[in-house]
Formats: sequence, structure tokens, C-alpha cells
Amino acid sequence: MTEGHPTQAFWPGMVRAFLWAFLFAIGVLVVYPLLWMALGGFKSNSEIFDSPFSLPGSWSLTNYVAAWHATQGYLFSSLLVTVVSTVTTVLISAWAAFGLTRTEVPGKPLLVGFILGGMMLSPTVALVPLVRMLQSLGIYDTHAALILLYTAFRVPFTTFLIRAYMLDLPRDLDEAAMMDGATPGQIFRKIILPLCQPILISCVVLHILFAWNEYLFAMIFTNSASVQTLPVGLTSMMSKQGTNYAALFAAMTISALPIVIIFFLTQRYFIRGLTEGIGK
Amino acid sequence: MRGARSSRLQNALPGIWALRWIAIAIGIVGWFVYYPIVNNFLVSTTNQDIFTGEVTNVGLDNYRRLASDPVIGTALFNNSMYAVLSVVFQVFAAFWLAAIIEGLKSERWRSIWRAVYFIPSAISTTVTGLLFYFIYQPNVGILDGLLTHFRLEHLSRVWLGDPQTAIYAIVAMSQWQGFGYSTLLFSVAIQKIPQELYDAARMDGAGPLRQLISITLPLTREMTGMMIIVTVTGAFQVFNEVMVMTAGGPNNSTQVLGTWLYEQGFNQNDMGYAAAIGSLIFAITMLCGVAQLWYTRRRRVLA
Repeated sequence: MTEGHPTQAFWPGMVRAFLWAFLFAIGVLVVYPLLWMALGGFKSNSEIFDSPFSLPGSWSLTNYVAAWHATQGYLFSSLLVTVVSTVTTVLISAWAAFGLTRTEVPGKPLLVGFILGGMMLSPTVALVPLVRMLQSLGIYDTHAALILLYTAFRVPFTTFLIRAYMLDLPRDLDEAAMMDGATPGQIFRKIILPLCQPILISCVVLHILFAWNEYLFAMIFTNSASVQTLPVGLTSMMSKQGTNYAALFAAMTISALPIVIIFFLTQRYFIRGLTEGIGK
Repeated sequence: MRGARSSRLQNALPGIWALRWIAIAIGIVGWFVYYPIVNNFLVSTTNQDIFTGEVTNVGLDNYRRLASDPVIGTALFNNSMYAVLSVVFQVFAAFWLAAIIEGLKSERWRSIWRAVYFIPSAISTTVTGLLFYFIYQPNVGILDGLLTHFRLEHLSRVWLGDPQTAIYAIVAMSQWQGFGYSTLLFSVAIQKIPQELYDAARMDGAGPLRQLISITLPLTREMTGMMIIVTVTGAFQVFNEVMVMTAGGPNNSTQVLGTWLYEQGFNQNDMGYAAAIGSLIFAITMLCGVAQLWYTRRRRVLA
């Protein structure tokens, strides 16, 4: 993606200085609020009120330690829901993509249309019926509900990405394996899946980002603190201690940090997933 | 003839057996994505009493209510305004920003700017929404602090508490969070343009701005079209930022379709009417979806 191949028009000196200042200004606009949040977590509450712009007087970890204890339950729920739904979504999508590209399923265009068409349906529209459905399944207010919903609503997009990738893979390898008597299951596990590794990683990263940050379902289908994920937990902390800015800043930073780190570590795959998703 | 048919029969069995690869995906998507949408239409023609559990059929009454509900008007205005401003900032401005970034000589700085601008998009809207809730607070928030610093105190106000400014304050946060995402996508699209085109243009004496207008702009038009559709669809599904920052208030001035559905269904317990609002969202996002399909089809034919 970033193999240093400058496909662009370069700017003359004066203009360049101006553009640099512009890029820098936007950079400050992006980073400053985030720094304000992260640094606010080190301040005392009165410090935030009295001198909002200054650096913390003493770098106290009290808020972060308190926030760490207060968010542990939410962190655990977020982690559990994210990890399990990532595995189920990517596995189910990889199977489906294999079935849609490497087997002779009857009515293939229809099946492709059905699964990928799910991308067009918005979660908001499903809310009302889902309440009753989850209640009658007895999984309202459980981690299972979120895992199920995150999987169902992300299988279409994930299948779309993996299918596009599988369509571009050469068929010689699996045809040769078939000649040698390999079963479809073996072809899937030993040939196709390893070849798909790059797109699978992209899918994992994109799903982690989605599940970690999801709010709509998490807010409506969970009630108890032990089930709520971080985004919902933060809003309930907010309503409980709305004026203790310092504590909230620390909790917000703790919930944002893992995903920012994951983004920086996996940027390459992440960008690939995004461009495959929108560019095809 | 006969031989062909029997071999087709033989092929049909492994074909059906191959369905096992797809069965779970079909099942889970059908059950939790498609079925609720169908069910939503049924619910929208009823009124449900949550205390007695009594369901009465009311036909299209809930849809008539949609037409006469002033908050639906507010919500449609807010969603549309959201869509327009997001297209301006997250499609058009993002394109120019990406063009500027990709025009830098140092690859290292290019990737630094792309990544830095993207950070807010990686963070949950709950966190960024709460953060801006604090930024907009009078006295403590840094926005009023900045205005005071520049002697512009007279401009400061209760940003989220004033029906005149609240929705714009939310939209501004949303642009702050989202522009880096589309800038990144445009950057990738610009990188895919062959360098020879620029070299040739330079030989012909075209300056950077000229090159941008006659090469970069037309060759990223596909991406622009897709981005407009995706952005507009997203604008009609807004929920998280509004819920976290104002929950639709003050005075319903920041209601969008999603939060009004939530308010009616989950606070007023009027599931029938909430479902009708759901149908409205469905119709709008479906239109965007069809536009997207039509656009990709046309593109493929042209390509």
C-alpha cells in the first residue's frame, strides 16, 4: 500500500510552506483534544476546572488506577465479546466465501445476493423486533446476545471481502489437489485458508474495531453492569459521576488506548481491508 | 439428452451437500438480519400494550402519525443536514486534504499525516462524543477557553444546551472524527494512479494544480461517487453521537431518526410507532443502497 511510489504533483516552495502549516494545524486540531483527555486523567478535578490548558501539576496516577478498577468489568465484557465474535464472524464468513467460490452450490447468484445484500440493512431498523426475539431466546442481557448480533450483522461484509479475495486466487492449486483426491475440507484448510491469510488479517482487524466500539446494540440489549461493554459502561459512569471529569477522562483514555495501539500495529492490513471494502 | 440429465442429477447431490459451507451464514443472516426487517413491517401496523401484552391491529395509523409528527420533520432536517455537511467535509474536503498529503515528497511524512488524522476514527464514538461534550461545556471546556483567549467571549454559549447550536456542535464533532477515514481512502485511490500520467503532464508544462484538476480529480471520481453514497447512508443511521452528547435534547432539537425511534420504542414503549420510524429509515437506506448498486454496475460496464 505504501511502497513509496509518489504518484503526485509536487508543490513549489512557497506553496509548500503554506501547505505544511495547514497540515500541521489540522494535526494539532486532531491531537490536542485527545491529549487534553489523556492529560486530564493525570490532573485532579479542581485542576481541570481551574487551569484546563496547563499540564498536570503533579503526574498523579490516582485517577487512572481508580478508572482501571472501575472499568475492569466493562473491559472484560468488551474483550470477551470482541474476541468471540471475531472468531465466529471470520470463520463463518470464510466458510461461506469458500462455498460461494469453490463449490457447485445450486443457485449461487441468489445465495451471493442474499448474504451480501445483508450489508444494505441497517441495525436500527431491526431493533424493535430484536427485543422480542432475544427475550424469547432467553439471551436478552447476556454476552451471547451481543456475540450473536455482531456476528450476524458483520458476516455479510466479511464474506464480501473474503469472497472477493478468493475469486482472485488462481484455481490451479485446488484443481491439482482435487486430482490427487483431496476432499473439499482439506482443500479449504490446507490450501485456500493459508493463501487468504492477508485478507483474513484485515477482516480480523476490521471486526475488532467494530466490536470494540459498537454502541447501539450494546446499549439496548444489555442492562447489568456485568454484561455491559466499555462504550455503554462509560456512559453509565458518566451519569453516575458526571462532574468528576478527571476520573472520566482516565476511563475514556483507558478504553480508547487498546484500539489506537491495535490500529498503529496493524495499519497495513487495516488499510487494505478498508480499500478492498469500498474500492470493489 | 438422457445422459446429460442423469449426470446433472449426479452433480446436483454434491451441489446440495456443498450448501453446508454456506448454511451457517445463510441461517444467521436470515434469522437476525432479514427476519427482523420483515417483522418490523408487521409490528408497524400494530399498537402494542406492553403492560397487558395486548396487540391491536391499526393498519397504517402509525404511518399517518409519521406524516403529522413535527419531530419527524426535525429529524429529517437534521439527518439531511448531517448528510450534506458530511459530504462537504468528509468527501470534498477530504479529497483535497489527501491530494495535499500525497503531494508531499517524504513518504514518511505522508504516512504520518494519514495515520494521525485517522486516530479519531479508530476511537469509539462514545469516547469522542463524551470528549466533545466536555470540550463544549461552558467554563471548563476548552472551546470557551480558546474563545476567551482570543477575546471572542461574546461568541461563547452553551453549545449543546442551545437548540440553535446543539445539532451543529454534534455534526462538528462527527466531522472531526470522520474526516481522517475518508482522507485515508482517497490517499489510497490517489496512490493507484500511474505516475506516468503525472510525468507526461509535467513534460507538457502543467503545474501541480493543473495536474490535480486534470489527472487526480477525474481518476478518483469512482471513489468520490462511492464515498458520497456511503457517507449519505451513514448520515441517515446516525445514533451514537447524538445519544451520548444530547440524547435528542434540548427540546427535541437534535433528534435524528435513530434517536427518535429509540425514544418512542424504548422510553415511551410505543413499539408500533417506533417500528414505523424504522420502516422510514429502511426506505431511505434502501434508496441509498440501490443507488450504490446502480453506481457499481454502471462503473463495471464502463470499465
